Amino acid sequence: MIVKFKPSVLRQTRWYEYLFRFVLGGAMTVIAGLIAARFGPVIGGLFLAFPAIFPASATLIEKHVRERKEKAGLPGARRGKEAAALDAAGAALGSFGLAAFGLVIWLMIVPSPAWALVLAAVAWLAVAILAWQVRRWL
Amino acid sequence: MLEYGLRFLAGGIAVSAFAAFGDALRPKSFAGLFGAAPSIAVATLLITLSQKGAPFAAVEGRSMMAGALALAAYSWTVCVLLKKLLMSSWTATMVALFVWFVVAFGLSAALFQLS
Repeated sequence: MIVKFKPSVLRQTRWYEYLFRFVLGGAMTVIAGLIAARFGPVIGGLFLAFPAIFPASATLIEKHVRERKEKAGLPGARRGKEAAALDAAGAALGSFGLAAFGLVIWLMIVPSPAWALVLAAVAWLAVAILAWQVRRWL
Repeated sequence: MLEYGLRFLAGGIAVSAFAAFGDALRPKSFAGLFGAAPSIAVATLLITLSQKGAPFAAVEGRSMMAGALALAAYSWTVCVLLKKLLMSSWTATMVALFVWFVVAFGLSAALFQLS
């Protein structure tokens, strides 16, 4: 299966949907900061992996696929849910990459903060893609 | 106040950028990887580093591993609720938040004693 980048899909998303995600993402980052300040880094760190915009993203995917199918005269309700389910399955695999990101930050950020952030990002992407590839082989 | 303004801006930009990038990717299962992108983490850690120092950020990174495993359980639950029970996306993602809280706080209590 070939991975494709289709920027034309971005036109399907309306301006207020982008705004909604921006506000939700910003608000969740503020809340994560407030939680860390109030309850300390152990609790605060948990919320760095909180599914903040997941509900909004899944709802958008379902809506866009349903609308596209219905425009083509096909029943779209089930296809919309299936597309959102596929996205969720991908997120489950990507979560292992996020755990790798946390591991690198934990082990490396004290001795080398800049390198820790770079390597953590690389570890996230590498582990996420590897998990996705392994899932396809199984 | 400025710190939280910066957090809002950095978080909003990071989350929107990762989400838009994921939107444009196909197949959908691959795009889903970006649903678990470290967008909030990147925005938070950059500011935490300058405000509270690296040791604080290191503990956050350690806890983040438990949060990420909770996110895996959450996403898998959402997938099952959508495919097997045919719930709407909004309902499935809201119901599954319970799973995230149980796994995240359960793992954290077991491994780090929520100290």
